[in-house]
Amino acid sequence: MPDLPAILSEMFSYAFMVRAFIVGLLVSLCASILGVSLVLKRYSMIGDGLSHVGFGALAIAMATNTAPLAVSIPIVVAAAFVLLRISENSKIRGDAAIALISTSSLALGVMVISMTTGINTDVCNYMFGSILAMSRSDVYLSVALSSVVLVMYVLFYNKIFAVTFDETFARATGVRAGFYNTMLAILSAVTIVLAMRMMGAMLISSLIIFPALSSMRVLRRFRSVVVSSAVISVVCFVTGIVISYQYATPTGASVVCANIVVFCALSAARFFMNRTGVFK
Amino acid sequence: MALISCEGVSMAYGGHVVLTGINFNVEMGNYICVVGENGSGKSTLAKGLLRLMPPASGRITYGDGLVSNRVGYIPQRSPAGADFPAGVYEVVISGCLARRGFMPFYSKNDRQNAIYNMKRLDIESLKDKCFGELSGGQQQRVLLARALCSAGSLLILDEPTAGLDPMAAQDFYDIIDELHSRGDMAIVMISHDVGRALSGATHVLHIGCSQEFFGAREAYLASAAGRKFTGMGEESGAAPDA
Repeated sequence: MPDLPAILSEMFSYAFMVRAFIVGLLVSLCASILGVSLVLKRYSMIGDGLSHVGFGALAIAMATNTAPLAVSIPIVVAAAFVLLRISENSKIRGDAAIALISTSSLALGVMVISMTTGINTDVCNYMFGSILAMSRSDVYLSVALSSVVLVMYVLFYNKIFAVTFDETFARATGVRAGFYNTMLAILSAVTIVLAMRMMGAMLISSLIIFPALSSMRVLRRFRSVVVSSAVISVVCFVTGIVISYQYATPTGASVVCANIVVFCALSAARFFMNRTGVFK
Repeated sequence: MALISCEGVSMAYGGHVVLTGINFNVEMGNYICVVGENGSGKSTLAKGLLRLMPPASGRITYGDGLVSNRVGYIPQRSPAGADFPAGVYEVVISGCLARRGFMPFYSKNDRQNAIYNMKRLDIESLKDKCFGELSGGQQQRVLLARALCSAGSLLILDEPTAGLDPMAAQDFYDIIDELHSRGDMAIVMISHDVGRALSGATHVLHIGCSQEFFGAREAYLASAAGRKFTGMGEESGAAPDA
């Protein structure tokens, strides 16, 4: 058993680890609470689609030598608008359209990369994440934006519940459901871009989906699911980053693995609760 | 002045006109039962009354100080699946939300209102239960409590007993009759369950792609449309009771 306090104090002696830790904690928190609504509204695919669009945007930013976050946030927010419209419009096959857009931006990103820098470590970092990717200015921007996401979520929590549970009733009683759906999509877009550099474009949607699904295995109230998702997400992030530091594994993949373990454990717990009749 | 008045209203759905020539008023204390065949545009009319959909022509006006955030509404189908994590109390109090405007949190008044409406419908014991795990009848009571939280003077119910077993449906109609007997609100109920639904109503609106009848219940039962639809015409005497 490795000596945990020693590992932690060594870990935090590196400035880049402290930066990664702060940003990671905040974005895991944002992703998990937004994830509850995204999963329940059947918008999980939007999260996945946005991460691919984010990859394309990062590739373009890299090719043009501009600030990655400044370029990708507006592009991904715009994509969130489009994806939301598509999934609300029943005339188009929503899931197919999202797959179309996400693979298109992935292909576009790969084309841009191969014509400029070629597939190098930077590209690999965008795909699978790297804690070294965070510069000091990135950290300030990430902390500011994720604080905004958290405050907005708390302020609009009751409305977010209402449009997640029953959009028709919310509309009928004068709640502007369209506005809150759009807000949810924009907050998710911002969170995805912020988390993507650490988690990687391929893995970011797990940060949104896993904590919510794990919590719903055993909890049956909206507020408890939101709180527990936040806790699970933070615990898994801390576990993941410590493992990645200790065993030199990629941070994103380590965090996802921690989430898989929690999901399996809670699924097993539900199974036993069902059998013993505690649940239901 | 009526709570809602419809003048020459027609509604279109996906470019097709499904309902034309609707003229009626909802007055305080009315209990209007909207009947008609499947596909006659009843639910589309409800969408119009709730302002979820604009009329294709004609006018739907709200009067008597009725504003859209003071309407109570019960949807046709339960809004969420059984796996949706939502507590009964969370669902009921969300009815108070519209009145909050831009205020982010519920007031003490809202919380008391939610508890009051749960007591009124005898579901206070279900407060901490998960909505998705309740029986159909219990779910409808919860949705009614939510509607009462948002309702000032008007309750619109879209086939509230669809999918309920006969006992639960009977219970639900009894509750609606009781609410109506207080006389402080108007009720518009869309129903296909003609027999029981009509017995409590004061007025009937019969639609079949256009308006076939609107008036008091007694007049409806005596009219040609009413006799045909409720099966109380000449052949009804011979109809088997089973």
